[in-house]
Parts: sequence; C-alpha cells; structure tokens
Amino acid sequence: MIGFEAIDPRIVWLFGGVVGLLAVASLIGFFLSRRVGSEAGRETVRNLNARIKAWWGMVAVFALAFAFGKTVTLVLFALISLYCLREFISLTPTRPSDHRALAAAFYLFIPLQYWLIGIEWLTMLTIAIPVYAFLLLPVLSLQKGEVEDFLSRTAKIQWGLMLAVFCISHAPALLILDIPGYNNFLLLFFLVTVVQLSDVMQYVFGKLFGRRRLAPRISPSKTVEGLVGGGLTATAIGAGLYWITPFSPLEAAGLALVIVIAGLLGGLVLSAVKRSLGAKDWGTMIQGHGGALDRMDSVTFAAPLFFHLVNYFYAV
Amino acid sequence: MIRAALIAATRFLVGGQGIWVGCAPEPRQRIYFANHGSHLDTILLWAALPPHLRASTHPVAAADYWGRGRLRRYVALEVLNAVLIDRQATRRTEGGPLGPLKATLAAGESLIIFPEGTRAAERLPGPFKPGLFHLASDFPDVELVPVYLDNLARAFPKGSYFPVPIACAARFGPPIALAPGEAKSAFLERAREAVVALS
Repeated sequence: MIGFEAIDPRIVWLFGGVVGLLAVASLIGFFLSRRVGSEAGRETVRNLNARIKAWWGMVAVFALAFAFGKTVTLVLFALISLYCLREFISLTPTRPSDHRALAAAFYLFIPLQYWLIGIEWLTMLTIAIPVYAFLLLPVLSLQKGEVEDFLSRTAKIQWGLMLAVFCISHAPALLILDIPGYNNFLLLFFLVTVVQLSDVMQYVFGKLFGRRRLAPRISPSKTVEGLVGGGLTATAIGAGLYWITPFSPLEAAGLALVIVIAGLLGGLVLSAVKRSLGAKDWGTMIQGHGGALDRMDSVTFAAPLFFHLVNYFYAV
Repeated sequence: MIRAALIAATRFLVGGQGIWVGCAPEPRQRIYFANHGSHLDTILLWAALPPHLRASTHPVAAADYWGRGRLRRYVALEVLNAVLIDRQATRRTEGGPLGPLKATLAAGESLIIFPEGTRAAERLPGPFKPGLFHLASDFPDVELVPVYLDNLARAFPKGSYFPVPIACAARFGPPIALAPGEAKSAFLERAREAVVALS
C-alpha cells in the first residue's frame, strides 16, 4: 500500500459512502440552523454543525492516511497519541520533579511503540509499555528525591501512557495482523467506523429520545435511550459491513457489539477520570468536540479488545 | 521566518494560548508582569500576544542567560526584541540595572517583566523584586497588567534541558496601578497577589 494505484476499490467506495453521509449531515445541519428558533435549540444546532465540520476534517485526514499507506497511518496515530497524552498530562497535576519520567513517556515511548508496530514486532509492542515503561518511569521519577505523592504521580503518568499510547496504538496495529488474502486497512476502517458511528448515533438518539440518564454524575449527556438506539444502530451497521471483513455477518455483528460496549465503557471511565480532575472537556483542540481525547476515549477501550479478538480468532 | 517557526514550535509543543480575562489585547503602553517558572516563559508570553502588540512589546531578559552564546543572543535580540538586563549590576552602574527598561518605556514601548527575578520551582510566584515598583512610580501612565503562566513550571522546570509537551496558557488579568503614597512592600505584595489571583 504505497501509491494511489494500490488503493483497494472497496476503500474508495467506503470513503465515498462516508463523504455522502457527511454531505447529508451538513445539509441537515444547514437547514436546521435556518429553522430552529429558541436559544437552547440554536446552541444545540451550533454544536451539531461544529461537530459535522470537525468530522469533515477528521475524514480528510484519515483518507490521506489510507491513501498513503502504513507509514503515514502510523505517523498519524502517533500524533493522535501525542495530543491525547498531552491533554491527559496537562490536566493531571504532575510535578516539576516528574520531568524525566514525562520526557521518557513523550519522547521515548511514543516513537518506540509506533516503531515497534512499523517493524511488526508483535510481542514487544504488547509488552513495551505494560512491562518496560511500567518499571522505568518510577525509576526516573526517583531522580529528584521527591517522595510526596510518589505513588499517585507515578500512577498518573503510567495511566496516561497506557490509554493515550498503548491502547490507541492497537488501532493501527491491526494493519500488521497476518490474515491471508486480506487487506487490513479494511479492519481499521471497520473499527473506526463502528466506534465513531456508535458515538454519533448515541448522541443523535439521545437528543431525539433521551429521557432516562444513564450515569448522571459521570457523563450527564448519556441516556439509556441513546445508548440502546445508538448502540444497536452501530451494531447493525457493523453487521452490514461484514463484506469488508474476514467475518461472517453474525460474527461482524458480535464484534461490532464488543466494540460498542467497550467504547461505551471507555467513554464512561475516561469521563470519570476527567471529572475527578475537575474538567468537562479534555481540551480545546477540535471545535465542538472538546479535545482529541474526547474523540478517542471510546477507541482507547475498543481498540485493544478488537485487536486481540481478531488476532486470536482470525490471524495466522 | 524564524519568528514564525519559533511561534509554531511553541504552539505545537506547549500550546500557550493567551486568555484575556481582565483586559483586552489593546495597543496601549503596558508593563506585563508574570510569574517565572521556566526559560520558555519569555517566548510563551511573547507568542501569546497578538502580532500587532508583539512588535512594540519587549520582554526583559537576563543578560547572563539570554546574552550568552551566539544563537541565544540572536533569538533574544533579533527575534524576541528583548531588552537584556544585567542582574549583577548595581546602582553605581550607568543608569542602574533598570536603565535599559526605563529607556524602552520612555520611547513609548511596552515591556514584559518577571518580577521574581529568578525561576521559581513552585506553582505560585515568590516575593517580587522592587524593579516593578520603581518603574511604576517613574511611569505612572503605563498600565500594569498581571499575567499568570500556567503549567510552564511543569513543562520546562528549572534544571531540565528541554520542554515536554504540556499545554500551557497565559492568563491576562485586570490592570493594577500604584496608589498615591503606597509603600513599596505593600505595592509589591499587591502585585504578587494580582498574579496569584489568576492561578
């Protein structure tokens, strides 16, 4: 997958479909912005349109990555990890004495993790952060002799590295699974599409039918109706995409359901973390979406699960 | 070119958006005074200003750090438009240590100063040196704007060689002024509290 000529025609069709969907969404957003009168309604529509606009940007970036192949995709995900880790650490009260551990997290373990994916060293990429970073980071924090809050400081950096780098890197790591006669970019497309559609559909169903709040203290905007409607829709779309996967329709539905549930739980856990740090959004990077981590929270939980299930059942 | 690259690198690495909570980014003659946690403070605060203010605003930098080495000196003088001061200078030196600052203010330009005089290891600034008081009493018409630089002490603490990417912000507060007959220590403490209030 290097030049344009190598692009799978199915990927072109799929991106065409996504662009079509976004075009419809943009049109709806445009008409809504003309029709809605109340101030609260206008605010919702503004937020919706900001989200749709951000989606165009994200789809464009993904299209570039898919068009230019594995290396560009890895660089893109490494940057996503960098931004997510930066947001996580920015909100987390580390101390100046953690500087060495942070420098290792950013400048050593992000490049290392994505390089390991690049050279397809499967064993090492699954243990580099959980084993080696886990042991090395607290050692680096010893340097200044600062013992106050040592455990929680170390834990925060390790958590950020696990979520933002280790977990997210499992999405592009799908590209190196050995599935004979299969184009792995389609797996990555499947994962990202199901995760993000699940988020979008939960948001839409929640806005339309939301009554009962799922977890008012953790994530006030999530509703039971949104979860059921959005989750089932995303699962159904995942099943409908079985023809781009190595799965049967039923298996595709099952894996899509796993992705939806993991995504939901990841969103809830990260929301709880965020609120424990006293913030509503992780950052301000993507207009209408909060930060990069607000978009990736469901991926952090879904990607490693999906990766290991596919690796166990479908890879050689 | 170098200027744009420096700003881009700063934005990519530590963000550094300017957040104007107590005043607007207007073209008035001002002294911006801020807490000091890292060598990046000077660049960050300068980059947080909109371009039309940047041209007439001069960061005050210590000659013993920013004046040493060709590259650093070039960045300080040509890119940042900094005014270098000699921290070791005494009152007997020509014009005193504040001489170059007064000359800049007299020319109608704005300054960025770090009144602690040295980088602090803590989130909150330490006691302020009297320079700000002397400038305020000599130039009563210049607005004194407190600025709090958030997170920089974590991104690039004293004693480290390079910054890590932690998002930082520069918060600009409401201007303060020297009250008639206000004592030096009272004013300096009030100025420090104005910075702390933004943290």
